[in-house]
Amino acid sequence: MKITTIAARAYIALVLILLYAPIVFIAVFSFTEAKSLGNWTGFSFTLYRNLFTGSLQNSSGLISAVNNTLLIALAAALISTVLGTLAAVGIHNLRGRKRQTMTFLNNIPLINPDIITGVSLFLLFVFLHISQGYFTVILAHVTFCTPYVVLSVLPKLSQINPDIYAAALDLGATPGQAMRKILIPMLRPNMISGFILAFTMSLDDFAVTFFTRGTIGLDTLSTYIYTDARKGGLTPELKPLMTIIFLLVLVVLLVINIRQSRQTEKIQK
Amino acid sequence: MNKRSRWALPYFIFLVLFVALPLLLIVIYSFTDGAGHFSFANLTKFFSDGNSLSTFAVSIEVAIENTLLCILIGYPAAYILADKKLNPSAVTVVLFILPMWINALMRTLATAELFNMAGIPLGKGTLLFGMCYDYLPFMIYPIYNVLNKMDKSYAEAAQDLGATPGEVFRKVTLPLSLPGVWSGVMMVFMPTVSTFAISEFLTNNKIKLFGTIIQENINNSMWNYGAALSLIMLVIIGITTLFQGGKSEGEASGGVLI
Repeated sequence: MKITTIAARAYIALVLILLYAPIVFIAVFSFTEAKSLGNWTGFSFTLYRNLFTGSLQNSSGLISAVNNTLLIALAAALISTVLGTLAAVGIHNLRGRKRQTMTFLNNIPLINPDIITGVSLFLLFVFLHISQGYFTVILAHVTFCTPYVVLSVLPKLSQINPDIYAAALDLGATPGQAMRKILIPMLRPNMISGFILAFTMSLDDFAVTFFTRGTIGLDTLSTYIYTDARKGGLTPELKPLMTIIFLLVLVVLLVINIRQSRQTEKIQK
Repeated sequence: MNKRSRWALPYFIFLVLFVALPLLLIVIYSFTDGAGHFSFANLTKFFSDGNSLSTFAVSIEVAIENTLLCILIGYPAAYILADKKLNPSAVTVVLFILPMWINALMRTLATAELFNMAGIPLGKGTLLFGMCYDYLPFMIYPIYNVLNKMDKSYAEAAQDLGATPGEVFRKVTLPLSLPGVWSGVMMVFMPTVSTFAISEFLTNNKIKLFGTIIQENINNSMWNYGAALSLIMLVIIGITTLFQGGKSEGEASGGVLI
């Protein structure tokens, strides 16, 4: 029994080491000035300083790419959360074939690989002569983000007692008031997790942005890295940027999870 | 009650306009030529073009190998993670999901650079290992999820009835965890076939996958041929979804976050 436990833990450790090797690699080489990854020229904070003072050696595009990425993710996640929550309430009240159709359509963006979503929307914008830029990228991100919000909110709705909503209406609330005061507070945790999921899906996207950003020179972090790498030679400040993002996410996730496990422990006690 | 079903209407219109219509356009563009006339030229071009066909074959081969590799490495990991005795802490699971927050392209470039430093030439082998890095969490998570929710009393019952640990695994645990494996396969197989950029970085442009030729055609304004290639992928997706036949992949990917 002991040996199997040790072997199991060693296996997990090994897989984790392999998974984290590239990230640790980036982090280590963010503390040296050298341009290319894997080239150590002595310890230095120069890249971090460049990043924060905005004095990047050869490309100011990185800062605007970061801004675009955040802006697009925020807009897409907000719109998806509103659209997806409304849709979830609607789907919850649908029966039979209509409900099947909605869940089927909602599943398509989840199953489609990014490239298909990207190409199909590209063809749509070409077909309708819509010029591509911020608007089309946000629209495209809403397309693949909303299904996640729907799937986050839908399970909660079947746990809510419909009488509460009906009672609010009986007591004279307008449907809008009942929505604001009854439904939304109950759905809030699920809407938030849907929002976060949508936000991260949007942040990480490359292929869909690539096909829907048009030719106005709109770059997100992903497309920026792609063009940079194809030109040969990454902007060195990407290394400290990635390290900071990684540490931020690590801290946030660990805090959330340690809190959650403490709460469940309390409940169990 | 019934009134609220109307709340789905805006999303329904949205889905028709931005999901159904675009897919229909892929079909329409596939069966027309540049001037908009009906034609089979794009599809016959694919089936008579040695380059496209071999890229397609290579992509399927790489995707199968990558999927198998992910199952081989990911299943034991998911099994250990779901076992409370072997892994008492839920934080370990988070550690497996965390790398997904770092930009995939950036991780891939670093992986390629690591191979360079180790003196391993970029090619098929590095492509497989690099892809496996990228997709492993997508395989581990759904399997872990299913194993974690599985009623432990089934395995205990089998044990009480005299099954050896090997038999318990083969006859109880493994069959019950198959839906998770299927979700994982869905989340690894098709994305592997359709990656571009990642495969270029990992092989220094030596090996092209299907996604790359779709991208090249679209970018060079060969929309009809690009659409036809996308249609072929859509058909494969349709077939694999029929095999899997259910909602499970939606639930699985919906839970990736925490």
